[in-house]
Order: sequence, then C-alpha cells, then structure tokens
Amino acid sequence: MNRAEALFACRCANSERWRTVLRDNAQYGMSPMGMDATHSLFILPRRSEAIMFTDNEKQTVIPPTHATPRYNIKFLPPFSPAFYFAVPAPSSDSKRLVPRLSLSGISKRYPSVVANDNIHLDVMPGEIHAVLGENGAGKSTLMKIIYGAVAPDTGEIRWEGQPVTIAHPAHARALGIGMVFQHFSLFETLTVAENIVLGSAQRWRSDVLRQRITELSQRYGLPLDPDRHIHSMSVGERQRVEIIRCLLQSPRLLIMDEPTSVLTPQAVEKLFETLRLLAAEGCSILYISHKLDEIRALCQRATVLRSGRVSGACVPADESNLSLARMMTGSDLPHPKLHPVMRGEPQLVIDRLNYVPDDPFGTTLTDLSLDVHAGEIVGIAGVSGNGQSELVALLSGEKQLPVAQQHAIQLCDAAAGALDTQARRNLGLAYIPEERLGRGAVPEMTLTENALLTAHRQKLVRGGLIRFAAARRYAQETMTRFGVKAAGTHALASNLSGGNLQKFIIGREVRQNPRVLLAVQPTWGVDVGASAQIRQELIDLRTQGVAVLVLSEELDELFEICDRLAVIAQGRLSPLMNTRETTPETIGLMMAGSFIAAA
Amino acid sequence: MDAFVNLIALTLAAGTPLALAALGELVTEKSGVLNLGVEGMMTVGAVAAFIVAVNTHSPWLGIAAGAAAAAVLALVFAFIVLSLMANQVATGLALSLFGIGLASFVGRDYVAKVIDGLPALHLPVLSDLPIVGALFFSYSPIIYLTLALFALTQWVLTRTRAGLIVRAVGESPPAAHAIGLPVIRVRYLCVLFGGLCSGLAGAYLAVAYTPLWAEGMIAGRGWIAVALVVFATWKPWRALAGAYLFGFVTLAQFQVQAWGTAISPQFLSMLPYLATIVVLTLISRNALTVRLNAPVSLGKPFHPGD
Repeated sequence: MNRAEALFACRCANSERWRTVLRDNAQYGMSPMGMDATHSLFILPRRSEAIMFTDNEKQTVIPPTHATPRYNIKFLPPFSPAFYFAVPAPSSDSKRLVPRLSLSGISKRYPSVVANDNIHLDVMPGEIHAVLGENGAGKSTLMKIIYGAVAPDTGEIRWEGQPVTIAHPAHARALGIGMVFQHFSLFETLTVAENIVLGSAQRWRSDVLRQRITELSQRYGLPLDPDRHIHSMSVGERQRVEIIRCLLQSPRLLIMDEPTSVLTPQAVEKLFETLRLLAAEGCSILYISHKLDEIRALCQRATVLRSGRVSGACVPADESNLSLARMMTGSDLPHPKLHPVMRGEPQLVIDRLNYVPDDPFGTTLTDLSLDVHAGEIVGIAGVSGNGQSELVALLSGEKQLPVAQQHAIQLCDAAAGALDTQARRNLGLAYIPEERLGRGAVPEMTLTENALLTAHRQKLVRGGLIRFAAARRYAQETMTRFGVKAAGTHALASNLSGGNLQKFIIGREVRQNPRVLLAVQPTWGVDVGASAQIRQELIDLRTQGVAVLVLSEELDELFEICDRLAVIAQGRLSPLMNTRETTPETIGLMMAGSFIAAA
Repeated sequence: MDAFVNLIALTLAAGTPLALAALGELVTEKSGVLNLGVEGMMTVGAVAAFIVAVNTHSPWLGIAAGAAAAAVLALVFAFIVLSLMANQVATGLALSLFGIGLASFVGRDYVAKVIDGLPALHLPVLSDLPIVGALFFSYSPIIYLTLALFALTQWVLTRTRAGLIVRAVGESPPAAHAIGLPVIRVRYLCVLFGGLCSGLAGAYLAVAYTPLWAEGMIAGRGWIAVALVVFATWKPWRALAGAYLFGFVTLAQFQVQAWGTAISPQFLSMLPYLATIVVLTLISRNALTVRLNAPVSLGKPFHPGD
C-alpha cells in the first residue's frame, strides 16, 4: 500500500470518526491508515504487523498472531469495509497502576541447577527497578526469560496487565522490551548505522535513520557518529550504540545488564542522567548490577536474588551497603585490611616502554614507566582497551621486545624484555590472566593437568615423565588450601564456576612462591564471597614480601588493596600515586585521559 | 588486433569457471561457513550437465541440471554441518572426495560422447561489428552471467540489508542470534548459493568451455577457488581479478607450449596456480583489510540454543 492508497482509504472512511494521519512517522516506512481521537493505527507495509500509538509517543507493535483483546484489533484485508471499523476506542478506565511488567511464580530448572525458583517481580511504569544478586544467583536467566531468549518452566508473565508468552527476542522487542547486553551484541566490522539497522525490525531509509540517530543522541546526551566503525570505538561509546539501538524502538521497558562494569565514574554519572530522563518519560528500567552504591543512587526499588530465589525486596535508598550485601550473600563479608609492611627492593621495573602492536585494532604503548617493589601492591586502573592487553602480553612474555629494548622490562634485576614466558617464570614471575578459560586454564583438561601447566617446576615432572601422583597431590592441596569447590582433581576446568576456577588458578600460582605476581582483573565475574577471599590472598602475598601488580577496571577493588596506583589511558601511563593521597574522582578523570593533556 | 581480441576472449573463457566457483565460495564463507567441497560440487555439476546435455541435446538444460545437482550436494553439506553441527573442514573434504568419485561412477559411459557445446552469443548487427563485436558481444552467455552475478553480489553485500545480515552472521553468530537474525537459515541460503555457483562453473566447463566429459577435468580448479577467496580477502572484485589472472596465465603457458620450448609441459601447467597464489598473497598483506573483511566466525559451528 502506498501513500496515495492510504490517503484514499482514510478519506473513504467516516471522517467524523477517523482522522487522516500522515504524521512524521509515515516517512519511517509505515503506511498510516487512520486513527480515532486518542489512538492511531499504522499498518506496516507488509501488513503482517500493526503499530498502535497512544499518547502520540509510545507505540506497541502488534503482530497478527498476538491476541489483542485490549485494542480489539483484527487483521483484515486493508480495503474491506470492516477494516475501518475494527479499532474501537480503548476502555478509558485502564488504570495507571497496572504494572508494566509482572512476573509471578517464574521457575527455570536446568539439569544440574535450579536457576530461578518461584520468582515474583513487578515493574511499574517509569520505575527504575534494580535486580541485585551475586554471580550465579539467577539474574541473567531471569533477564533471558523476560527477553524471550529462554522459556520458563512454570509461571506467568504479564505485560501491561495482559498475560503473554514471549517466544523469542524479536517478540519481546515488538512488545516494547529493549535490552542492553553486558557483552555487547555489536558487529565490529560494521558502522554504527549498519549495526542499528540490523537490530531494528523496521526498514529504514539511510538518511532518515541518520537523522533519528542524531536526534536521539542529542536528546539523551549520547553523542554518536552514525558512520564510524565499531572497532574504532571505546567500550563506553559502544554502550551508547546499544542504548540508541534500543531507544529507536521507543521501548517501554529497558533492561540494562551490568551497564557500568565498563565505564569510568564520570561516564556512569552521564549514563544515570540518561536513564533518569528516560524513566521520567515513562519508560520502565530494569537495572541489573552488583554495585551497591549505584543501586542506592539510581533505583527506586530493588529485588534481591540469592541462589535462584527472591531473598528480599527493598527501597535501596533506605538500606546501607552492608544490609544489601547481607541480603545478597546471606552473611556478613570479611573486610580485608592493609597493614603497613616494609617495602623492599624493586622487583618489577618498566622503564620507558614503547610498543607498536601488530594488530591494527590494538593500542600503541607510549613511554610507560613503573616500578613495583617487594611487599607492595601496585594497581593500574583504566577502562579496558586502553593498552592493558598489550602491556600484559609484554609483561607476561606472550609478546617479546627486540633484544635492543630488553631493558625496558626488568624482572628481579634481570633484563627480561626479550625473554619468553618460561624464562620469566623461572625468574620468579607468576601470572593470573584475565581469561580464565583459554589462558589461565585449558577448559577440556582436568584440574590435575591444569596444575601441571605451570607448576611442573615443583618437581611434578622427572626426566620428561609426569609424576601423576605428585601432580594430583599438588592439585588436591591447592583445592583444600584455597577452598575450591569441585568434584575432585579429575574435574574438568570448564565445569567449575568462575569463582572456584579463579581460586584454583590463583592457588596454583601462589603455591609456587613467586617473587612477582601479575594479576589481571582477578575478581572479574567472581561472586562477592570469592572476590573477598581472592583480595585477601593478594594482600597476604604482599605481606610475605611479593611484588604484586594488579590491572583492574574495578576502582573499588584497587582502592581497597593497593598501596600505589597508576592510570592507563590511550596507551600512556600516569605517574604512580599513593592510594591514600588520591580519590576515585581524581582517578576517574585520569581514566578519561586528563593526565595526558596536562603532560 | 585480432590476436589481442582473441587473448581477451580466451582469458575470460578460461577464468570464468574459477570466477563462478570463487564467487559462490565467497558468499558461503561470508556467512561463516567453510565449504571445502567446491571441487566435488564442480565435478558433479560438470558430469550432471554433460549427461543431461547428451540425452536431451539441450546445452541449456544441461547447465540447469549441473547447477541443480551441485545445489543438492550443497544442501547435504549444509544439513550435516548446520543442522547436525559436524566439523566443516572434515565434511567439506569428504564432500569433495565423494563428488569426484560419484562423478567418475555415473560418467563412465559418457567419456567418449560428443555434444554440441553451448553456442556463443550472437546478436544481429552488434556481434558482427568489427573488433567491438568480437570484444563485447560474442562470448558464451555464461560469461555475461558471471559478470552480472559479480556485480550483483558486490552490490548486495555492500549496499543492502540482506548483505548486511550475511556479513553480521559471518562475524558473530551469537550477536546475530541475540538481535533476532535467523543465523542457520541465512547460512543454509549462502551454502546453497555456493552450490549453485559451483555447479554452474562445472557445467560451463563440461558444456561450453570444452564440451566433453573426462575424469579429473576440473583439475583442482575447485581448490584454487577456495584459496582465491582467502587471498582475495573476501572481496568479490579481487576474486574476479584473480580468476582472470589465472585464465590469462593458463593461456600464456599454452602459447609457450605451442612454441615448443624445452620447458616441461607439466611445469608450465603448474604456472597458473602458482602465479595466482603469489600475486594474491602479495596484495592481501594489509592486516587491516583482512580484519575488516574476514568473516570472524569462519568454520565455527553455531548452536542457537546456548
């Protein structure tokens, strides 16, 4: 149906009851058909869907298979007489207090675990609602159920008062549910506009789309260039793309999955402004996080999950971090303490390190200098993608410098820049990589075999032959000493939870008595209890006189355990600061690159 | 001038099977599926085309049969790797071996048969023009079809939503699935397109280029097509240029053989393969081009259920 046909159709209809609608939406590829005083109905060109507009702003896409008793829409041939009288005015007494989304008794069982057990959750229109819980508490399964990616075993979902079955993500989007993923679902080799087109159910003309992107980004303070390729963008910018992609669908419920784990504190504040603006316009927001301060600052209500069950519902502003954490974990957390320790000799020295990566999407390192002494923890803060992976590869020995520059990295008084990983480990380096599976451990190998990978120096191999009994003993002792929960030393690494595997890897490294420990994101994706234990282990190492270097995106963590801090941004490293003499705000500004301009 | 026109014509003719097969494989790989069965699909396409052409006396029916036979083979491949999630490399290799064997078996009785090949295009007036007629309007219809397919594929891949979806599926199937794209269906269609193109390439060889059937007549062109796609950094026009380069060197070495030099003909026959790979390796050294065009998920099975 083209525009002229639509006009004709509207004119044919009773003009008392119908108004011709050719609003700006028509240019977005929809053929407007007509509307009554408060509702407009647009038939999409393919006639497989209709869009209902209310309040002139919010829209519902109604697929033909979806029962719509509330609007009483029937899908009829566009030119049949019945078509024009198929949209009665909605019942005007539809109450404002109907929850936008209401879950009751939702359960989901997997063969080995109950992910969700009898979950109840109501989200009101315009509310920012937190879902709080540790890793493995069932948050992500619940979100997948709401987004239609996983079907619940039992329970009922009501959307604006109507029971619905959300069969797949496209259906969720059609209802008005948008989701911003923790690990972005963006395509690196495509541009911003191309990525947005792909995620949209509508067909866009490219100039119209560009205009809409620019409009939305100005309105919500999310500056974006539609023609940039994703691979050249920072993580924060990528998140903007995801958010704009959702906003384009005018969602009425926006799910944010751990949105701040990749942002600087300033960017977090910006994001909160955007979210508050959205909520003020009537969009409900489900905010998933384990960061208690943020939830207290942003959210009106919170539902706390623990091992698949709702363990509490509260108004976060009335709670303290401690009481929220207790709801999350069911117990009080030990708080690690930093006792002053005599600082020893420098063990790891980086001296004017320059490096151009082979990877065209990598970050060039410029003039990095740093020293880590025995008995201290030095932290490097920064948003990922600012040169951390290049620096770590150079420090661990996965990438080697040319011999001429080997003095740029000194390990225990030896020039180590050109040495391979084995030689550096022989000098006393231990390394806890960011990727647990694939770098820290081999997923398809047992814990015993994984222990052998780096601990073979502990007399676990003799004359080229593996001493299996000794290796098993080593793995067993590591498990006992670090409280690793697993079926036994024969368990595959891929079967352990993130926290347990990380404890095992740290134990394996720590028990080799390193002189320098390099830890990258040691508590990423690890639940709160295991995180506390891992931090305590790092502090214990420091007390024993090991030089510890930690790279992390979690500022709270760095401030908790580090003696000194530096910031990495755009491949440059700030001077080291004493943690006591600086604040998270200062560090946050530096993470955005402020120290580079000053230098 | 005649020699020049002749050279162009023969280059296009010799490069076309390679170009078609490479184009099909390029689209298949863009969606993230590595189909190493091109050689087998081409062989089956060639034998099917020849058999149908002999029995119906219609080269066009033969061409259609060749494309269809290879498409059926491609569907079998797609079912095994996409629905049953088998390893793509192993399945592709098996498909090649199976296709070659099957073609030898069913083609046994057709080895010495003769057919009228697909006639070249002849337009009144235009084809009779001096030079211009021979240079532009007198090739086999398949050659024009190949050029049109290349232009179309280039346009679809870079300018349309369908192309965007193929590229997205090839880069990150989980992300594509998350935003609701039908990953498996897209891959099925791309593998099918690859099969059709391979079959067309084989049929062209058996019905138009050298109208006969002989065992081993594909002579590794399918493997070169697979290599061509990689070395062309998944860009259609580079694959086309590589295919015609192959065609050109094939001709040149025939010429040299005809002069009767002391160089062994086996060595000369090797040159087109060598030259194509060397040239394409040299132009595909730019790491950024490779990163931007290579389908990241190539060869990895995707389980939509996770």
